[in-house]
Amino acid sequence: MAANTTAAGSEAAALAGLDRLEIPQARDSVGSRARRIWAALWPKLLAVAIVLAVWELVYLSGWKSAAVLPGPAAVFSDLWAQLHTALLWQAIATTLRRAVIGFGLAIIIGVVVGALVSRIKPLRAAVGSMITALQTMPSIAWFPFAIIFFGVNTAAILFVIVLGAAPSIANGLITGVDYTPPLLLRAGRTMGLGRIAMYRHLILPASLPSFVAGLKQGWAFAWRSLMAGELLVIIMGQPSIGVLLSTYQDQSAMASTISIMIVILVLGLVVDTIFTRIDTTIRGRRGMLDPAVT
Amino acid sequence: MSVAHLNGSRSQPVITTAGTEAGIRISEVSKVFGRGASALPALDRLSLEVAPGEFVCLIGASGCGKSTLLNLVARLDAPTSGEISTGGQRPALMFQEPALFPWLTAARNVELALRASGAPKAERRRRAGGLLDVVHLGSFAGKRPHELSGGMRQRVALARALAQDAELLLMDEPFGALDAMTRDLLHDELDKISAERGLTVLFVTHNVREAVRLGDRVVVLSSRPGRVIDEFAVPIRRPRRIDSPEVAGLAATITDRLREEMVRHGS
Repeated sequence: MAANTTAAGSEAAALAGLDRLEIPQARDSVGSRARRIWAALWPKLLAVAIVLAVWELVYLSGWKSAAVLPGPAAVFSDLWAQLHTALLWQAIATTLRRAVIGFGLAIIIGVVVGALVSRIKPLRAAVGSMITALQTMPSIAWFPFAIIFFGVNTAAILFVIVLGAAPSIANGLITGVDYTPPLLLRAGRTMGLGRIAMYRHLILPASLPSFVAGLKQGWAFAWRSLMAGELLVIIMGQPSIGVLLSTYQDQSAMASTISIMIVILVLGLVVDTIFTRIDTTIRGRRGMLDPAVT
Repeated sequence: MSVAHLNGSRSQPVITTAGTEAGIRISEVSKVFGRGASALPALDRLSLEVAPGEFVCLIGASGCGKSTLLNLVARLDAPTSGEISTGGQRPALMFQEPALFPWLTAARNVELALRASGAPKAERRRRAGGLLDVVHLGSFAGKRPHELSGGMRQRVALARALAQDAELLLMDEPFGALDAMTRDLLHDELDKISAERGLTVLFVTHNVREAVRLGDRVVVLSSRPGRVIDEFAVPIRRPRRIDSPEVAGLAATITDRLREEMVRHGS
């Protein structure tokens, strides 16, 4: 008995020793966080600096008149001035509200369609390829239809956003469900998970990375559709980013036009960064990231 | 007198749930994949009985339908003909890969398997912690699978299998992908756990020494279609060592028998 106990004890100790050897040592994180941020930041800052420098050089060369192509300084002072007007903020608010509503509707519709298509075989045969076909359709081509159908109003814009974004979101979900590893499904079944539990605890979490990728792509489509929509569907008395852009075009106000373009770019980038952050977090938790890259 | 009995070896398991112990009875089971000309018989009228509390190792060359048989016993698939009885119990199944859910921590992986038991959340949490302690991973409860080594993941998978509270444990080459050192330690672990809990184990492997090291009985299957061609009782006393002369001796005998089977297929 005594011999047995020591044997068991030494075995547990050996296991513990092996575990310690096999677990990768945590890298020191103090101070390295700032360094990591800087490492990710400087190439972007450098790229922006190069673009600004080239722009400034072209401007200085006098190739085009300052009215047609203003320099960076003129544009940024215009942008600064616009940021102090209520009009720009109203426009941003209108545009973002449409983006949120449109993208929200696209998520709801995309998830419902994706869930149904991934579960029901005949529906997949019928609708599956149609979703992909819809995705290849340039959203701007839908506007004549939408304007005739809904009239010149927000509904027309939202309609096109949903058509642009929902297919990507549905496809992301379908792909995720399809690519649930069969081994995990077998494990789930041997564990005695029921049909609903399988979805809730296995298939949905397993498809999350692909779903988020679909959301990210859907957002890109939604944002483009929205910008196209606001340029085509001008609603009186409702300042939006698109209305501002089209107004400045009519006035041939190039500095203001470029200012608005910068606003569009920044807004798109901010949202994209949020999605990238979510994506990285999810994949990091599952060990799907190469530690050498992150 | 009762105390003396508690120190018993395998033949007298320390903890037994008397009366409800389940065995496995496989009678005349055939499995054919596909139909018509392309039909592939994987198992041919295979019969095998595993007594309650017995540890049986299945061994055979490639294509003997070992994994197919385990799938049938686990009811992941249905036999073409024949019958399989597991005393009304759902067996726990362990694969060669840990098959842990990568988005859950070790503890949550085990907890998920406890859901089927219908226990309340707090109870599940407590029992998951206890099961991780059984496989000496109590301090790694909060780690996700990718943060653990291969051997540790397989131990979490073992804890998850135990969480089902099944008396039947089916193992499909569970240590096949591990290094010899880790495998050796896990053999000791499995030995201890299966004896303590009085588990009935059906263990598939292609490693003859592993089969002799672990099993009360080693069953040899023929290749394509799989059928039982021989079986060997393992009279070696526990605790056993995989590199002991007794284990090596019996393993050599079984290997010879397997080789005969290969020659038969080659000619």
